[in-house]
Amino acid sequence: MPITYTSNEQIEVYRFSVPVAITIPLLALAVQAFVPRWLPFFNIFDLPLLVVIFFALARRSQVAGLLTGAVIGLLQDSLTIHPLGLYGISKTVVGYGASSLGVKLDVENAGSRFLVTLFFYVVHEFVYFLIARGLVRLSLQWSWWHELGSALANAIVAIALFALLDRFKQRT
Amino acid sequence: MENLITRYRNVTILVAVLFAQVLGLAVQVKRTSENQSTRLIRVWTTDAITPLERGTVLLHLGIRDLWSDYVNLRGVRRENRELKQQIQQLRIEQTRLSEDAGQARRLQALLGFKEQFISQTVAAQVIGTSGSEQSRSVYIDKGSRDGIKQDMAVITADGVVGKVLRVFATTSQVLLINDQTSGVGAILEKSRLQGVLRGTATGEVVLEKVMADEPVQSGEKVLTSGGDQIFPKGLVVGTITKVAPGSDLFMKIQVNPAVDLGRMEEVLVVTQVEEKEPDVTASGPPLRASDILAQRLPSVPDQPVAEPAKAPAAGVTLGPRPVAAVSSHAAGNAVSPSVPQLKSTSGNASPQPAKPSASQPDTAPETQAAPTTPPGEPPQ
Repeated sequence: MPITYTSNEQIEVYRFSVPVAITIPLLALAVQAFVPRWLPFFNIFDLPLLVVIFFALARRSQVAGLLTGAVIGLLQDSLTIHPLGLYGISKTVVGYGASSLGVKLDVENAGSRFLVTLFFYVVHEFVYFLIARGLVRLSLQWSWWHELGSALANAIVAIALFALLDRFKQRT
Repeated sequence: MENLITRYRNVTILVAVLFAQVLGLAVQVKRTSENQSTRLIRVWTTDAITPLERGTVLLHLGIRDLWSDYVNLRGVRRENRELKQQIQQLRIEQTRLSEDAGQARRLQALLGFKEQFISQTVAAQVIGTSGSEQSRSVYIDKGSRDGIKQDMAVITADGVVGKVLRVFATTSQVLLINDQTSGVGAILEKSRLQGVLRGTATGEVVLEKVMADEPVQSGEKVLTSGGDQIFPKGLVVGTITKVAPGSDLFMKIQVNPAVDLGRMEEVLVVTQVEEKEPDVTASGPPLRASDILAQRLPSVPDQPVAEPAKAPAAGVTLGPRPVAAVSSHAAGNAVSPSVPQLKSTSGNASPQPAKPSASQPDTAPETQAAPTTPPGEPPQ
């Protein structure tokens, strides 16, 4: 699997235009909220999370990654019935982690993107579970099979989605 | 110290952002009423997201209506015949029920009871969800501008959906009954046992607070009890699917919701519920099911039954009293609590008429028995 250490000189840092940086997260949130109306199983996907991972990996800046995660997470929280911060905290952690990894590893190919998404999906769910149980007192149940299945589904979708979003990258 | 912060700048920012969010979360959990600042963020997000959803739903409905109204008309005549038959069956059933209802009203009047009427509803389209497995709610395309308020009951023809949780200008968020934070006062149809209906983390619906020694059987219908002051009494919530002894004094009762909560398109928001004593003064001679059947049978001669032929005309106003009372309201979308159950019966299983429907002709003159509501309108 071509996950290789890369020197800082070899790593390309990308940026995105302001319309793209605003539209893509909003579109991801809209699709995430809209599609389950017809396809209830779509709830296993987390498009905003995939967008956070993509931006974090592409920008390779930890601050940008965690802030992107926080903003998208809080917006996602505002669509739910729960207090703001559950998705916000989870996606902040993921944004920081993914951008930290993006600085050190080559994450431009499908294989590494698959593994990174798989890993960070589980991290995201675990952090969410901890906060929801610990701070908000929600009675959630952790099922490894469900989480791994969802992680797998999200990782597969991420390969196609990241390839699509690559078109919007701009070299710095 | 300054060097330390500069050196670990990214980690410091991470900790600061996480700390701010944890603090904000703690403040929100502590407060019972919604914080105005968080409401603002919700309004912004909803305003940004819902126009897209609303546009897509309108486009979808337009295409669907165009297809079903102008292109795909196969089987419409047959469906029309079947629907006419179904209307006749329902009218017979309605007549039978109206006698029971009349009797109940008289008894209630004697005891000084008050009836609850759903006197006004607003129809709304479901335009989106929360998009999260842990938050079971939907967004509808009606808000404060349409008279929607917090804690209003949301129903469909099949039964209870949930309640309005948050209201925005043109949209509202509806908390579904299968969310773990929801609660509905419920009563079992036959045994009249009361409990609290709650959602679980996995999206199932369970009936709580029913003692373990009570006789509860699967298949029994669960209705709203009206005790929660949100849902009017007597609306169908679901059917018991599984009864098991719980870990404590109470039973573990699983309920299958009457409404497919994952695939709703239209809902009704109950905007007004009235309470009044049953009106028994307007009741006249009861219309019997046999009268309607006698009218419809082709072999019945015309002349000798001139007297009974008046019966349906008189009986038009003698339908179930809540329906008659509600139909007099100016609002065109008023329904009675009994309507969802009635519609549910017609939608899912054919009701049992007083006599087998096989004896009825396929087509019947529409003037034979005037319906309680004008043709083309829902039975409100």
